[in-house]
Amino acid sequence: MDIRLQQADYNRAQGEASMSLTGKRSHTQRIEVLAESVFTVCAFFAVFAVFAITLYMIANGVPAICRLGVREILFSSVWKPTAADPSFGILYVILSSVAGTALAVLLGVPAALLTAVFLAEVAPRPLAAVVRPAVELLAGIPSVVYGLLGMLILNPLMYRLEQRLFRGSGTHQFTGGANLLSAALVLAVMILPTVISVSETALRAVPEQLRASSMALGASRIQTIFRVVLPAARPGIVTAVVLGVGRAMGEAMAVNLVSGGSVNVPLPFSSVRFLTTALVSEMGYAEGLHRQALFTIGLVLFGFIMIVNILLHRILRGADGP
Amino acid sequence: MNGIKIETTDLNLYYGNHHALKAVTMDIRADAVTALIGPSGCGKSTFLKALNRMNDLTKGVRITGRVRLDGVDIYASGVDMTALRRRVGMVFQQPNPFPMSIYDNIAYGPRIHGEKSRARLDAVVERSLRRAAIWEETKDRLKKPAAGLSGGQQQRLCIARALAVEPEVLLMDEPTSALDPASTLKIEELLLQLKRSYTVVIVTHNMQQAARVADDTAFFLAGEVIEKGRTKRLFSGAQDTRTRDYIAGRYG
Repeated sequence: MDIRLQQADYNRAQGEASMSLTGKRSHTQRIEVLAESVFTVCAFFAVFAVFAITLYMIANGVPAICRLGVREILFSSVWKPTAADPSFGILYVILSSVAGTALAVLLGVPAALLTAVFLAEVAPRPLAAVVRPAVELLAGIPSVVYGLLGMLILNPLMYRLEQRLFRGSGTHQFTGGANLLSAALVLAVMILPTVISVSETALRAVPEQLRASSMALGASRIQTIFRVVLPAARPGIVTAVVLGVGRAMGEAMAVNLVSGGSVNVPLPFSSVRFLTTALVSEMGYAEGLHRQALFTIGLVLFGFIMIVNILLHRILRGADGP
Repeated sequence: MNGIKIETTDLNLYYGNHHALKAVTMDIRADAVTALIGPSGCGKSTFLKALNRMNDLTKGVRITGRVRLDGVDIYASGVDMTALRRRVGMVFQQPNPFPMSIYDNIAYGPRIHGEKSRARLDAVVERSLRRAAIWEETKDRLKKPAAGLSGGQQQRLCIARALAVEPEVLLMDEPTSALDPASTLKIEELLLQLKRSYTVVIVTHNMQQAARVADDTAFFLAGEVIEKGRTKRLFSGAQDTRTRDYIAGRYG
């Protein structure tokens, strides 16, 4: 049966070949050309979008920098955009985003990596069949829902902790639990699914023979995982971490609900405003220079994401490249 | 006359319902090269892996019979797997250096077994690379990634890596089938060196290779050992027609 089918294919191909030799353009060839141009257009659309967004962000983010000066906007900490004598320093907002993302990655990545190791290397099949769908579902939950849960569960707990830690403190400004630490915890959970599934794929791609070689030298399973498999999966794991950093940095909704929202030095128990939440909460009413300054915040966020994507990849990957 | 290093008695191995090794009884001589030959799927690689219990890693494997290393059953309960695999090293078909430097590849085994002294590790690395005849090519680039070596060099590196834990037996699963002829020749010369101090068991598809390097040869077919003995005798006058056919290239 199979052989006859192959024979038919072959005959058809032969027929077409001879037709095109006689100069007639076959139907197949026209479809080939059409398909190729559709692919090309689609591919260039992505390139076009990146360029358009970059240009747009620069065009709208730079005017405020020109009017206020780099120092006044990027390295000043007073953010009073609607005061009579307005001030547009976003230093604390930048630092909050960086600190929140760093903390989230610090908490989330190790947990995610160990989960990926568990799924790819350790878990018996029935157990993996329960954990993996759960992780995938985690990825599908809308970010605002994470925010709601954070508000309802995490913030009250955090508030209790805060009351205990700062009892009698004259200087601490109580936040009701909406602070940098809450935001980082929510972000840590949110980056789990991405980091887990990308790292798990990377771990699974490590050739079985590497594991066997390590075991054949007398290494245990755990030694093999930590000394051979994880290093071998490093490029994929780096990609996972970069994606996680990008997700944490760019998240607005959930953070907006749990982080308090005042512009402050990013300390664990301070109410903070991130780059993203500044945009979300102020863009609705901002005008004039305030609006332009918000676009500068957007540009800074965009710049950070770009830097993370390009630099982090280079630094983390570069060490043992071929 | 060499002593017996490994003896298997009535060794049966099943993958689920598939009877992959059928009552294999064989003696492997110390400080000699034993070649396992036979068509694909005949069980020779499975037999090889039974000698350092690498089949344990595969799911659904069941084993009956005995494998004795220096008279001690390696399938007895309470056998320390780490100690066993330290004594019985293995080299695989595809050169597969770990994704780390040349030095760290060689030092991997000793470190696993608890060696921390830098000076002793340095000594082990040099000695192992020398024994695997790859020291001259690598001594100036020990800190470079092993992935930068050629395929043949990588395979000699893998041999050095196996030697670094001071094994007594070296199992090789078609170690040259992924290599070019020049690299193959180097590995074969190396084998002739190694057999002075190690017991070598090699699976090969290459009849000339078996004839060139092996002192003893065993012919596997469908999970059974059809014929075994001194390589010279097997290649000059095998008793079983199936062995003669296979060696002459009329089979498999």
